[in-house]
Amino acid sequence: MASRSPLAYAALLPRHLPLAADPAGASPFCRRLAGPPPPRPPPPPPRRRAPATLRATAAAADPPSAASMAAAVRSGAVTAEALTVAALRRLTAAEPTLHAFLTVDADGALAAARAVDAAVAAGRPVGPLAGVPLAVKDNLCTAGIPTTAASACLANHVPAYTATAVARAVAAGAVVLGKTNMDEFGMGSSTERSAFGPTANPWDTARVPGGSSGGSAAAVAAGVTPLALGTDTGGSVRQPAAHCGVTGYKPSYGRVSRHGLLAYASSLDTVGVLAASVADAALLARVMAGPDAFDATAVGDAVPDYTAALAAVDAAAGGAPPLAGLTVGVVTDERVAVDAAAAGAVAAAVATLRSLGAATRPVALPRLPSAVAAYYVLAPAEASANLARYDGLRYGDRGAAAGAGTVGELVAGTRGGGLGAETRRRILLGTYALSAGYHDALYGRGAGGGGGGFPRRLGGGVDVLVSPVAPAAAPRLGAGDASPTAVYAADALTVPPSLAGLPAVAVPAGVCAATGMPVGVQFVGPAMADALVLRVAHAFQGATDWHRRRPPLADEVAAAASAAAAVA
Amino acid sequence: MSGARPLRPAVAAFVACGCAPVRAAARPARAVRRPAAVGGRVRPALRPAVSLPIPHPHSSSSTTTTTTTTTTTTSAVAASAPPGKRAKKGGGGRDGGAKRGGGRGREKADSTSPELAAALEKYEPVIGIEVHVQLATASKAFCGCATAPSRLPNNHVCPVCLGHPGSLPRLNARMVELAAKAGMALNCAVHPVSVFDRKNYFYADTPKNYQISQYGRPLATGGHVTLGSGKRIGVTRLHVEEDSGKMTHLGGGGSVTDAAYSLIDYNRAGVGLAEIVSEPEMRSGAEAAEYGRELQRVLRYAAVTDGNMQDGSLRCDVNVSLRRRPPPGSGADAAAEAAALDATPFGTKVEVKNVNSFAAVHRGVEFEITRQAAVLDAGGSLDQETRTWDDKSASTILLRVKEGDADYRYFPEPDLPPLTLSAETLAAWRAGLPELPAEKRARYVADLGLSEYDAWVLADDEGTARYFDDVVAAGADAKAAANWVMGDLLKEVRAAKLESVPACALRPDALAEMVVMITGGVISGKIAKGLLPELVVSGG
Repeated sequence: MASRSPLAYAALLPRHLPLAADPAGASPFCRRLAGPPPPRPPPPPPRRRAPATLRATAAAADPPSAASMAAAVRSGAVTAEALTVAALRRLTAAEPTLHAFLTVDADGALAAARAVDAAVAAGRPVGPLAGVPLAVKDNLCTAGIPTTAASACLANHVPAYTATAVARAVAAGAVVLGKTNMDEFGMGSSTERSAFGPTANPWDTARVPGGSSGGSAAAVAAGVTPLALGTDTGGSVRQPAAHCGVTGYKPSYGRVSRHGLLAYASSLDTVGVLAASVADAALLARVMAGPDAFDATAVGDAVPDYTAALAAVDAAAGGAPPLAGLTVGVVTDERVAVDAAAAGAVAAAVATLRSLGAATRPVALPRLPSAVAAYYVLAPAEASANLARYDGLRYGDRGAAAGAGTVGELVAGTRGGGLGAETRRRILLGTYALSAGYHDALYGRGAGGGGGGFPRRLGGGVDVLVSPVAPAAAPRLGAGDASPTAVYAADALTVPPSLAGLPAVAVPAGVCAATGMPVGVQFVGPAMADALVLRVAHAFQGATDWHRRRPPLADEVAAAASAAAAVA
Repeated sequence: MSGARPLRPAVAAFVACGCAPVRAAARPARAVRRPAAVGGRVRPALRPAVSLPIPHPHSSSSTTTTTTTTTTTTSAVAASAPPGKRAKKGGGGRDGGAKRGGGRGREKADSTSPELAAALEKYEPVIGIEVHVQLATASKAFCGCATAPSRLPNNHVCPVCLGHPGSLPRLNARMVELAAKAGMALNCAVHPVSVFDRKNYFYADTPKNYQISQYGRPLATGGHVTLGSGKRIGVTRLHVEEDSGKMTHLGGGGSVTDAAYSLIDYNRAGVGLAEIVSEPEMRSGAEAAEYGRELQRVLRYAAVTDGNMQDGSLRCDVNVSLRRRPPPGSGADAAAEAAALDATPFGTKVEVKNVNSFAAVHRGVEFEITRQAAVLDAGGSLDQETRTWDDKSASTILLRVKEGDADYRYFPEPDLPPLTLSAETLAAWRAGLPELPAEKRARYVADLGLSEYDAWVLADDEGTARYFDDVVAAGADAKAAANWVMGDLLKEVRAAKLESVPACALRPDALAEMVVMITGGVISGKIAKGLLPELVVSGG
């Protein structure tokens, strides 16, 4: 029986790679042609590490960016296959520690890379992501490759089609290495609510990477891939980006198609990007954006050339300050408690923004405290309908309902046994909120409070908002088990832009002195002003080095991959 | 994945759909483990191994098939007369687009059974009807799959109408046009903004376990249908929704409650429906049947649906309740008694489903009136229940007792933006509506001098009326043409087993020529009659 463990892959790697694609086709990690899957490997025991601060160093030489990788592939300086092999080696080295991936499609990745190389060799045009390794969150459909949303009830789900965001990235030349771990259906903020075990934070493996896109954030932070796709419903790209010290971009609602995204809360779900820099995120953002015949909520507005918008910032470096004329509102609300590291990061960011020519002013958001309440009514309400199809009849593994004698027992068994506790909690919350007698008081009020504090347009002459992403740096594994509501409360600053459908970019902006863990700030813009928030975030990264810090694990992974290459 | 074959590409898709590129991997998750389906054909959704001993929790749009319906020869040439004038002249009746056995099926007046008469003396029946019509689109409501019948189950399916995780609906513009036209034809206000909602319930015929429907803000409201008596039956609302799959219950008792197992065919899942809800303003079986017939006629004229009850493209759910009349002499006068009756609250409502013809609507209502009166007279009380019409026993049979109103937990469908229709679009659709039955009848009487009875008979079927109009347009005298079309032509068309009057080989201008010759005395009516059978078949 094929094993999907990356460790098994490591054993195969040297002898497998030189071969032409096996017509039988199946990698040990992709169950496309295989029989029943093996049981999931137990989560790796977290490796205790000393706080990373002491050992973290700004890398002497930055690892290659996605943009430089694609440029090298286009020019023929390096092959996409070589980039893919190297990324698979890094993945193999990192996985025992991180458990960032649920499925690795090595054969598919190599075949895609070779196709890019063939196109380059033949002089055919290749896209802006030619040969760039990409990790994809496991709630985005990939035809023929398992897509589980980290739920036991979808352990065997192989989609028939590929999500638009993934398909567009692949059409632009990106090479999908595999699918990343997450909180089940996106319901969580630590990646501990995965049915297949948690992912560790590359900065301190005793800590969570954030979530729900924790696997994607960890993969980028550990340098496995320069880019990853995530999804953000109430902060699920931005918060893990902050916790892992990488860049997270959540587009405006409707800017990127949701076709092929396993729905959690349909009116809030967005497909976003985790990257080592804003510049790299912008590359992928532009490729994904735009209307889609498969999604009626994907808006038709023209997609600006984000990369060109960033280049304008760089060009301005010599002359006028890049953010001159912009007013940044600093979200200040004492009702949302943030720790010293988060507050300090914002204060430092304000100083940086001023140095870049922006004016700043404090901004009060009267409805901010109600945002979390509104979110935890609306999102579960939609989830209660979106997840109803996982009933064991058509979708949802029946394993948990073995022995059911009636359809009622089958449905109850599948949902009761196949869905995790947090998922069941939110389905119950949502069902309750929509029930007769409570509908108006709960769902109605939540929907009426749409926007939750962040209006779709920012009034008062404010162009962009800045705030912490999370109230504190990444907590330890298991810290959130005791109180779900305390975990929900930590979404206070990421949820409002989601409720209002606004674009936001989270960037690394400091370090927690106590733990050495990265902390981030987010820039939020008016609806559809994605180019503006990317521009501000890029200017910020031009003036700071926080995004260039890498965890020691990334260097270890790179070294291990080099060693593996030498052996091969 | 041996045995995989591509699903059929979308037919005349108005919206993009996942059909074309989808291969047999479209099977749900667990299919990976299973061997290739029999005959090399993959059946993505067939799960025969599950018995479904649970009642259907939702009210209306699902038709449960337990027996094979014998399809009767469709004949659209028979005609029904306006109520009150039926005794005047013979003629075939129509029923749901199908001629009923022996040419019977003419709307009978209320039954003369003494039980019914006694019941009506004591109680007033209150009847409302919900009609579901399949909108005549080539593709489904939210995907590009074909709506055409398929020889094979689960053949016209794709990730969208199978509810694959991650799939999203796209709205079929043609479906909206047809639904809006239906609303206009029924004199409704068609709203420039309407909203789709999710109706949540767990049942295997709905792949997502919710139905996309309209709840708070339907497409159209406030219309009416006018009966032959001049009485208007209000149309409360018309909204758009998706159809469910079709379940067949096999083994055991063969019904939804006691089958050994159930088959599901999702070919119908996602087909666009208009649900048309009447006000509870009908007061007899005859009125209920007439409302249904006129509704069907209007919708067929507007070409928004096939409207065929036998095929299930038009389905009726009939709600019947009784309320006690004030005893005679209890009020100051008849008007006072009528006012007292109007103020009386409605009785407990019983829903009758699977009513597969308008004659069955008529008889089903009368059966319920008699049954409910007997229960009340015996001192009993009625349960709010759902019953099914059984043609064989000509009675209604208890399906289930409703325990309170179902809670569908409606909320706005986040995957579809509100439906907005510009004034220009609505005006263009309105302009595209043909002359409707009521207008046609009025014109026949006022402009052509036909009797009201003739106008009703001719306008009964859109094809017949169109043929008649062509004959008149070709120069024939209207009254003579009407007599020929309603009389001998109809008879010969029926004898030749043709589908409709326009299907006959005798073209309208040729019939007009013949009529002109007869009225001009060139040939005799008798000769013409003799020629007609040949002309209907071979033309002339």
